[in-house]
Amino acid sequence: MNAHIFTLCDTPLHALPEGALWAPQTRTLTVSDLHLGKSDRIARRRGIMLPPYETRATLDKLDLLLDTYAPSQVVCLGDSFDDLDAADSLDEVEKMQLARQQAGRDWIWIEGNHDPGPVELGGRHLQDLRHGPLTYRHIAQAEARGEISGHYHPKCGLPRGGTRPAFLIDGARVIMPAFGAFTGGLRATHPTLRGLMSPGATAVLTGKKAMPVPLAATR
Amino acid sequence: MLDRADAPALLLIAPTGGGKTLAGFLPTLAELEDGQHVGIHTLYVSPLKALAADIKRNLRTPVDDMGLPIRIEDRTGDTSATQKKRQRADPPHILLTTPESLALLTSYEDAPRMFKGLQRVIVDEIHALQESKRGDQLMLALGRLQRLAPGLRRVGLSATVEDPAMIAKSLACHPDPCEILHADPGPAPDISMLVTTEMPPWSGGGAAYAIPAVLEQVRQHKTTLIFHNTRAQAEIFFHNLWLSNTDDLPIGIHHGSLSRDQREKVEGAMVRGDLRAIVCTGSLDLGIDWGDVDLVIQIGAPKNVKRLIQRIGRANHRYNAPSKALLVPANRFEVIECIAALEAALAGDLDGDPPGPGPRDVLCQHILITACAGPFSADDLYSEIRTVGAFADLTRAQFDECLEFCATGGYALRAYDKWKRLKEINGMWHLRDPRASRNIRMNIGTIQDTDTLKVRYKGSFKSLGEIEEGFAASLTPGDTFLIGGKIVRYESLREMTVEVSRNASKKPKIATFMGTKFATSTQLQARILRMFETGDFRALPDHTRDWLHLQQEISKLPEADRILIESFPHNGQAHTVFYGFAGRNAMQTLGLLLTQRMEELALNPLGFVATDYATMIWGLDPVTDPAPLIQPDALRDGFETWLQGNAVMKKTFRTAATIAGLIERNLPQARKSGRQATFSSDILYETLVKYDPDHLMLDITRDEALSGLVDLGRIEEMLARTNGRFDHVTRDRVTPLAAPLLLEVGRVPIKGEGRELLIERETQALMEASGLNKIAPPASKWRVGW
Repeated sequence: MNAHIFTLCDTPLHALPEGALWAPQTRTLTVSDLHLGKSDRIARRRGIMLPPYETRATLDKLDLLLDTYAPSQVVCLGDSFDDLDAADSLDEVEKMQLARQQAGRDWIWIEGNHDPGPVELGGRHLQDLRHGPLTYRHIAQAEARGEISGHYHPKCGLPRGGTRPAFLIDGARVIMPAFGAFTGGLRATHPTLRGLMSPGATAVLTGKKAMPVPLAATR
Repeated sequence: MLDRADAPALLLIAPTGGGKTLAGFLPTLAELEDGQHVGIHTLYVSPLKALAADIKRNLRTPVDDMGLPIRIEDRTGDTSATQKKRQRADPPHILLTTPESLALLTSYEDAPRMFKGLQRVIVDEIHALQESKRGDQLMLALGRLQRLAPGLRRVGLSATVEDPAMIAKSLACHPDPCEILHADPGPAPDISMLVTTEMPPWSGGGAAYAIPAVLEQVRQHKTTLIFHNTRAQAEIFFHNLWLSNTDDLPIGIHHGSLSRDQREKVEGAMVRGDLRAIVCTGSLDLGIDWGDVDLVIQIGAPKNVKRLIQRIGRANHRYNAPSKALLVPANRFEVIECIAALEAALAGDLDGDPPGPGPRDVLCQHILITACAGPFSADDLYSEIRTVGAFADLTRAQFDECLEFCATGGYALRAYDKWKRLKEINGMWHLRDPRASRNIRMNIGTIQDTDTLKVRYKGSFKSLGEIEEGFAASLTPGDTFLIGGKIVRYESLREMTVEVSRNASKKPKIATFMGTKFATSTQLQARILRMFETGDFRALPDHTRDWLHLQQEISKLPEADRILIESFPHNGQAHTVFYGFAGRNAMQTLGLLLTQRMEELALNPLGFVATDYATMIWGLDPVTDPAPLIQPDALRDGFETWLQGNAVMKKTFRTAATIAGLIERNLPQARKSGRQATFSSDILYETLVKYDPDHLMLDITRDEALSGLVDLGRIEEMLARTNGRFDHVTRDRVTPLAAPLLLEVGRVPIKGEGRELLIERETQALMEASGLNKIAPPASKWRVGW
């Protein structure tokens, strides 16, 4: 297994190299910031026609994880759609794929700042979700403990140049990388992220293998 | 010129500084003499903003002296917005501009009114435009102008080139003929290698060793131009020159990454004759008249004989005397290259490759520009485009595919039904949202600038110049670097500006600048291999001859009909060098192909670096048997799969997609306003390869890569020449010929297993060093059965 395994409030968690989080005890798979329908929103707003395949690419990546882990619960940690119109822009193939993924499991849409929550697509809509000591929500709150959030799309510079999406982990929280195919990122060195994380925090780089590195040592 | 004033197309070939630009304007002055013409009569287009300003100056004098009623203005990226607005409302008789500014002018709805009376267009330094997409964009714009002003006559002015007919064909409105006029080529140049007491170093590109000798030459001449191949080298040389300039000779620096203020200051000083020398790059390649230059010094091997001849022509611009030039090799391999170039220059053996068909990414941009100007009919646009030489063979299907791309993105699996960019209404194509024209205009142009950041002193608003974003990201506060000949200390990054302070550190980092690296031409490489073959090293200085003899002793010299391969350990990693002599781009491709094969063979390559003559690969495991790596058939087989996934394709895709309008240029003003949607073009590329492999952009990318950065033609030339024959030499340390490669810049990392292993080792080491690994639970503890 190429996951990075750690605990948050005594709950074992796996940071997967694909950028998803696996909680074996509750069999919960969490993905954050899917930003489905992003290319459609850009075409609508800016008249630039990017390859309209980011929804497929993101869902295909999710398919592989669902096959591997067979989770009983999937949590989409907010900003699942680029905006409400973007949810409407999904074509039949994509809607079918999403419906297939939801079948037979509890599917939770946490509300994000981009999408108050698409209602036609199945699944439950929640502001946040509590699992024992853990709280799943979109944007991290400074005083929270046992919190799993997304929103910032953290990424880290590599020792020899380039960047990768990364998990930021300390004793109080996990900030997840964006799972969506066409998503940029915020450097983990950014003061906002540094301010949220404790000095001894770990960054876990995504890629072929989830690789932990001290957050303080990243660029 | 006056005799031929009515020719629909005319190409004038004259050596640099033959006064050809003014000759080009003679018919214009004659026709405007009576003061009857209203609006633009003559459009002058040059590749450089500075050239337009220079011509304005030089044209003003005779026009004023003769008391002609002629208004002359320039219009470039540097022209103020007010001035530009006024020019559109009330155009001058003669407008001096650049291809990009002209493209922008044709995108306005009032373009037909503005160009209605246009009589002549003069394209200066057309040979320089010919080699790039800027030329294609210009010719498309001329096609448009010809339609707005059917009587338009075209004049091209070119330096000496190997194939004038080719340029003539691209200039004329296809299929019209184009007459070619040859001016007197003048006396043969006086060109030699600079003799120094100090030996050139084994490696590097700085040529610092030659500084005393160069200063002595500057002292002996009135004005010297010191040409460099890259901006970074020009900066280092300038810095070192001043450290040795005990006489305080006035010497300036000029290159494209310096701020406009700084460049103008140097240009002004040069025109006044205040400077004894200018350290410069290609930004001074073209025919700006700098007055009495009596010596040209070329630092570093010239790579291409044609460019050398054109640079040499900058000396004695005004006199019918031989141009004087000195070549200064930066290292010992370049000594060999310089000798080969000298011989080729004296033999008049110019090099060059025929151009391919018109690039379709530029065509896509042209279609969008056309749409900005107003509704158009596809049939009319197609026939207009076919009057452009490079696009004469464009099929209707290819055109339609480009139009479809502009309109809908041209995606096979999923269409933007609602959000098309162009819509067809009653046979005319319109912008769906007219506001999109602002975006399209902002992205006009084919020059790919790497993302750069402005540099300025803390608390000052004056820009010192620009550095690449990647270089800026590598700086930590306190680092020092060179810019505009000054050493500055990095303080902080604020609002996309690099803030620096003054610093007197001795060992600055070197800022990396964008700038083209040219591949040494096939002709020059062949000359070098011939010299190795004959073993006739008489033309070489002692030190270089000794070096080659040492190489013969320790290993052997490369031969034309087989590939020399050397393996040795260095810095704890296995190194292997392939001497292919196919030019930088092809050697780069070879590096990518070879590292892929090595990845397959589990040799864990970590990276490679390519020069004009060799590719050096390093990795975790040594190459013991190169035969399976360089078999021609194996290389060709691996090519197809390789081509899709490699970094060159991604880089080429980024360029083509930006020109074609799929992604926006990373403009500082847009970034600052937050209106920029930035995307990793690599991810867009991978998504297209996966979901839409036949998409137009991938087709264009492939074409471009094969003829450009991939340079498949020269790989084939190398394969045909060597046909799988090789010599493999294994040594316990670096060989003489390989030594320069260790310091070569432009290392390409391989993102394979070897790199993953290294990152893992480094992150693990960091975890252990920090003690964090002891806090985390052992991995095995949580391996639950799911």
